[in-house]
Amino acid sequence: MTDTLRPSDSRSRGRTALSRAAETFAKGFITATGWLAIVVLAAIAAFLVWNSLRALGEAGLGRIVTGTDWYPTSSPGKFGAAPLIVGSLIVTLVALVVAVPVGLAAAVYLSEFAGRRLKEVSKAVIEFMAAIPSVVYGLVGVALVVPAVKRAFALDSGLTALSGGIVLGVMALPTIVSISEDALHAVPSSLRHASLALGNTRWQTTYKVTVPAASSGIFAAVMLGVGRAIGETMAVLMLTGNAAVMPRSLLESVRTMTGTIAAEMGEVVQGGTHYSVLFVVGLVLFAATFSINLAADLVLEKQRKRWGV
Amino acid sequence: MRLTRVKRARAAEAVARAILGASALLVVAAAAFLVLYIAKKGLPGLSWEFLTEVPKNRGREGGIYPALVGTLYVVACTGLFAVPLGVLGGVYLSEYAPKKRSTRIIRLAVANMAGVPSIVYGLFGLAAFVLAAGFGRSIIAASLTLTCMTLPVIVTATEEALRQVPADLRHAALALGASKIRTVLSVVLPAAAPGIVTGVVLGLARAAGETAPILFTGAVFQMRRLPDGLGSQFMALPYHIYTQVTSVPNWNRDLVWGTALVLVASVSAASAAAAIWRSARRRRISW
Repeated sequence: MTDTLRPSDSRSRGRTALSRAAETFAKGFITATGWLAIVVLAAIAAFLVWNSLRALGEAGLGRIVTGTDWYPTSSPGKFGAAPLIVGSLIVTLVALVVAVPVGLAAAVYLSEFAGRRLKEVSKAVIEFMAAIPSVVYGLVGVALVVPAVKRAFALDSGLTALSGGIVLGVMALPTIVSISEDALHAVPSSLRHASLALGNTRWQTTYKVTVPAASSGIFAAVMLGVGRAIGETMAVLMLTGNAAVMPRSLLESVRTMTGTIAAEMGEVVQGGTHYSVLFVVGLVLFAATFSINLAADLVLEKQRKRWGV
Repeated sequence: MRLTRVKRARAAEAVARAILGASALLVVAAAAFLVLYIAKKGLPGLSWEFLTEVPKNRGREGGIYPALVGTLYVVACTGLFAVPLGVLGGVYLSEYAPKKRSTRIIRLAVANMAGVPSIVYGLFGLAAFVLAAGFGRSIIAASLTLTCMTLPVIVTATEEALRQVPADLRHAALALGASKIRTVLSVVLPAAAPGIVTGVVLGLARAAGETAPILFTGAVFQMRRLPDGLGSQFMALPYHIYTQVTSVPNWNRDLVWGTALVLVASVSAASAAAAIWRSARRRRISW
């Protein structure tokens, strides 16, 4: 829009000084709010690093990330966050196994085969799923998934990595479906028409032409799903049992990075080592999701440019 | 030979359609199941007393009035900060931002902000607003934390809505001698209002359901009175569900599911109302 509009053209036509001053002020103010996103992101990073300094000085990043003993309240406290990192990864992996096949298949169907009516309905449905608060997903998981897992595997407790991962997968579905559907939709229909005209069926067109053309966008959708799953807090906190030990199977209790921060931050001494270590965990989480999201956004941007949308 | 190839392709087409269609159906069915399940579990707990009384016996009896009011306060306060900042941010990106590298970086920052985990916003809110700014655990600290979370939703929605306003309208206003800011305020923003309002409602609805950002910034387990100002702590619906399930032995199933139903119903009613209003307005304005 900016290249077609030139406020300077009107400025030369004898505006009053007052209105010109107002214009300059408004422009400055709007520009400042535009830059706010960068300011907030930088502030988040700065506050996380600042509050991590004590723990990083006392224990060091390497020892925190690779240590396998998490006994923060013993004295001296042991702050090995490896079980938490592994816990987050395991739960995320389960979520991906649940969400990616179904999510991608649904996206392909909605974009390539479904009629307009079904498309509209499912869009509303997916928006609804995304709008359900995570604590409610946690509650549904407690009522349905936890007892089901307990019964199916004859366990003492159904609060396991598997239960958390299943619910997380359902929560990641809307992200994966809607973003990969957008990616498929962005593929120009001339490509589809060319393939159909050569005698391919719709399905042949889909897997030979459309899906490969949208592959980077689909990849970005999965990445964003991973980012959401790693960062999810309330549902995993309510479903995984939160035992901070190195997990050996999916049917054991795990504690994620997010769950640890949520469960422990309320009881720590402000400014103490434990407090600071939780900020280190937050920093690791922030760095991980930041890189995943940035990579996904760059891929999406590239794809958008490719099809000139 | 040729015939079998065609036959095979047709069979593959049918199988693919069936599998893909079943997946799409599964997603829709999961959502439908969630609605019905939450409604079925939540309805027995609902009553007038449930909405208007304070919790008793650690939440096992009584109602959720303070949590309902607390959530409303926090959402209103979040809107007060997030709406002007988010809308102006969107105006900048659509109307003022030069086509330069810096603008690209701002867009990436906005997209990335939307992906920052909610618990990280909670940590940031604790460090920045509760401690560094000295607000303590309070409505204002929680609202500012939620403002940071909601901002990218509103910025993106505003930018998209503004982009759909045809350039002709801007040219017409400028040709009549309006300044740029006057054009934006009197012509472009009103024309984009439906899209912006929908984005605002979606963003605030999400803020209403968030638990992790308010864990350490002001939400409390129980309060007998209502919050009496911006510096007061508060009860909130999502936090109430969480604390009941995790720290009250023998929590009352009906009341907790009732709380979940109230939360989900109000969040989706607000989003649905905004979406319907938008499409009604869209039909009236055509370009």
